Order: sequence, then structure tokens, then C-alpha cells
Amino acid sequence: MKPILSVRGLTKSFGRRVACRDVAFELWPGEVLGIVGESGSGKTTLLNCLAGRLTPDAGSVDYDSAAYGPIDVHGLSEARRRFLSRTEWGFVNQDARDGLRMGVSAGANIGERLMAVGARHYGEIRHTASEWLGRVEIEQDRLDDRPTTYSGGMRQRLQIARNLVSNPRLVFMDEPTGGLDVSVQARILDLLRSLVQTLHLSAVLVTHDLGVARLLTHRLMVMQGGRVVEDGLTDQVLDDPQHAYTQMLVASILPV
Amino acid sequence: MPDSNSQAGAYNYAYLDEQTKRMIRRAILKAVAVPGYQVPFGGREMPLPYGWGTGGIQVTAAIIGRDDTLKVIDQGADDTTNAVSIRHFFAKVADVATTTSTEQATIIQTRHRVPETPLREGQIIVFQVPIPEPLRMLEPRETETRTLHALAEYGVMQVSLYESIARHGRIAKTYNYPVMVNGRYIMSPSPIPKFDNPKLDRSPALQLYGAGREKRIYAVPPYTPVKSLDFDDHPFEVERWDECCALCGSRESFLDEVIVDDAGQRMFVCSDTDWCERRR
Repeated sequence: MKPILSVRGLTKSFGRRVACRDVAFELWPGEVLGIVGESGSGKTTLLNCLAGRLTPDAGSVDYDSAAYGPIDVHGLSEARRRFLSRTEWGFVNQDARDGLRMGVSAGANIGERLMAVGARHYGEIRHTASEWLGRVEIEQDRLDDRPTTYSGGMRQRLQIARNLVSNPRLVFMDEPTGGLDVSVQARILDLLRSLVQTLHLSAVLVTHDLGVARLLTHRLMVMQGGRVVEDGLTDQVLDDPQHAYTQMLVASILPV
Repeated sequence: MPDSNSQAGAYNYAYLDEQTKRMIRRAILKAVAVPGYQVPFGGREMPLPYGWGTGGIQVTAAIIGRDDTLKVIDQGADDTTNAVSIRHFFAKVADVATTTSTEQATIIQTRHRVPETPLREGQIIVFQVPIPEPLRMLEPRETETRTLHALAEYGVMQVSLYESIARHGRIAKTYNYPVMVNGRYIMSPSPIPKFDNPKLDRSPALQLYGAGREKRIYAVPPYTPVKSLDFDDHPFEVERWDECCALCGSRESFLDEVIVDDAGQRMFVCSDTDWCERRR
């Protein structure tokens, strides 16, 4: 088995501020990797570098594509990278508004990826969209409503459906449950967990919430000041933190 | 090169200076070479306001010669203010014959219509274009729309048609209906009714599109495939009327609905005045 994503020596700085420094890891098929750390520790920058949205200053990101075989994400032409990111990849933003077209209906949002790769049968697109709406637990009679009429949790679920409709192999998630209330968070976590399992997705999940990391991820990387200070199996890192910063992070979870 | 024989005296032939015409011709050549691609050009101030045909008039000025015959139409009519004044303008500054007959014209400048009489080889039709970017209403960033064109990423255009069906039960767009040119570029056909879209497909005439405010020129060379976008189960259709033209009885032309008195009486008449008069 080959890793689906291998990252070596990834470094990105903005001016003199280094956002992530010499990050390396491998992500295996079916695995969910969590990236945790305080805000400003470079989590989102790292995720954007992985997804090809930012160009790193040094290092490489290799992706094992189903269609093209092993490829260097940052060596690809923009056309290929954009194609990849709307077929084999998904990206779930923290704010659903960044990932959705707010001016068009839920059905059009879900159908966009299908139409981008050439689907031209309205009835079939609509049928698939409706199916996906059901899979993310939104009533199917909301298919023609705009996301502006949706609640925060529904928007996030719609964003997930919009990404997964093209059957991606790798999904990047940036705080997918940030800013939602706890019961809504729980539903979305449940949904993500079952989708990851049934669709055999690989995922990189950025979060500052250790509870989310515990529920969803298999492996964990802890970042501080742009560096990875600790990594390992999620339970291992959370139950027996080695690095002082991880210990502080784990200790600062509020007891319920 | 100033032309001492020009009746307009102080003006250069066809109003624009020769360097400007040369620049516009180069843009036109590039546009013809890449059908449907929007070529930027250095638009000049023209003696009429933006939105009245500054783009079309510059294209016409760059291609017109003394042996051309010019026809100008606005919404299909030869006798509206805009059409009349542009026709007079070129009669004065370019010393050309003008006509209202589609057959006799060598250059037809138009706003909002394609003549009903089929165009033939050797004719040039110049469209006045307000918004050349077909994706503008879907994607406001120019950098992004250029990228979408460059990479032929046209999913978003299809999304807008999907949305139209979802909301109205059919593709409700009736004018400026987006087309795919030569299987490569999505193009705005300018605000012509979708009724005219089939006339663009494999037309024997050269189609030039000029947008003065946005400073873009694009073109469709003769016999180029122009396909109106649609869905397999919602195919492209043109408008139909139950009535016929009240003046000439035409059933195959594009009809305008005209209110004729305060009691709400209405009649349907051909929008193409030349076509209508010829048939009476």
C-alpha cells in the first residue's frame, strides 16, 4: 500500500513570519489525520499548502492520484490542480459561506461539481443532489431553497454534500464544526464519521477542539509556532502527551 | 494618413485616426483567429455615450471603406434614433452609401437583433455589446473569469441554467443567451433574443462584437459552430408566438408586442422593419 499523501520539508512564511516550518508526514488511504494547536500555530496555512491553495516556500506534497498516479501537487499545472481539487479532493471550510454559492439553490450547489465535469442531464443531476441531501440528513423538500434560508448546521452539512458528490478520495477540513452549537456539532461529527467510514475517505482535519480530534481522527499532529511538536496515534497523544505544550493543551480541556 | 478628399474636412477618414484603426484591426484579427475569445483593445472616446454603441461604432470605423454599403439597426429597426444617427455619422465621416436593405449591405451594425433575411458570404455583422463577459453575473472577479475561460471551466455557467430550471421549470433566459463557440469558448452573443441564436451557428457572414465601455472585441468567423447551452432533458428552444405580424402576416419572424391605445389594445409586429416592409 502506498500513502495517499506524502509531505516532506514543507515550509511557508509570510514575510519574516514563518507560518509552518519543515513539516513532514504521510497520510494513508482511509486514514484521518488531525492537526491541532492554538490559533496562529500554522494549522490552516499547512492545510492550504497541502490542498494547493498556497504555494510553499520549500518542501513537496506528493499525492497518489487515482487518475494520474503519483503526482507532485505543486509541480502540476494550474488546470490539472484545479481539476483534481474538484474531482478527487474535497475542501470543507470553517465558514460554509466560503464553500457554498449562497445565491443559488442547494440542488445547484451540490450539482456544480457534476456539471463541471460534464453532466448535462438536469433530471439526473437533480436526482443525485436530492440523494445527497438525504445522506447529509437534510429534508429533501429543501432542495430548491437557497443556503441563505438554511441554519448554520444545515449549511455545513450542505457544504459536505457538495464536496462529496464527486466521490473524492481525499478531503481537507478546516474546523468543520467551529462556530456551531454543541448539539449541532455532535450531529455533524456523527455524520462525518459515518461518511468517512462508508466512503473509505482519507482526510486531513484541522481543529483546535481536542474533543473533535478524539472522535474523528486516527492520528494527531500537534503544532506550535509553525512546528510539529508531537505526533502519534490520537489516543496515545491525548492520553499520554509527551511534549510540554501538548500536556498543557490536554490539561486545559474543560471538565464537563 | 489624413484624407484630403474627405467631406468631413478636419476629420480623418472614418473618424478614427489611422493608428487607432490599425490597433483595432489587429484586435479583430486576433479575435477572428481565436473564435469567442475576448481581446482587449484601447477603446477611444467616441462622440456618443457609453451604452449607445461605442464599441460597435469603433469596430465599424476600423473596417469600413469607401465602397462599403452600411446598414444600421437598433432592435431590428432601421428608423430608431440610435440607428439613424449612427448611419448619418458614417455617411458623413466615411463617405459611404447607406441602405436599409439587409441584402445590399456589406456591413451591418446592430444592437439587439440579427436580421431575419439570411446573411451571405462577404457580409460583416457588427454587434454592439454592453457586457462582453458571459460569466460576469456569476463571478464578479475579472482575474477569476479569465482563469475560467483559460481553463475552460464552465461548470458555473451550467449552474446558472440549472438554477433557472429549478426556479422556473424551464431555462428562463430569453436574451443574451450564452453560447459555446467552436467547442471552446463560452461567449455572450450580446443582448439579442435567443430567437436569433440559431442564426449565429455556421453563419456565412463574419460576426464582430465590440464592447466600448469594457474595451473588448471578439468575433465568430464564417461557418463556425455556435451552440446554445442547454441540458439533455431541457433542450434549447426559441420563442414562439400564437399571433402573426399584424402588418405583413409573417409567422416566422421575431415579433414585438406593441400597445396601441390607452385601452390596452395591442398588436404584434415584426421587429425587423426591413423584412416586414419587403413582405407587405
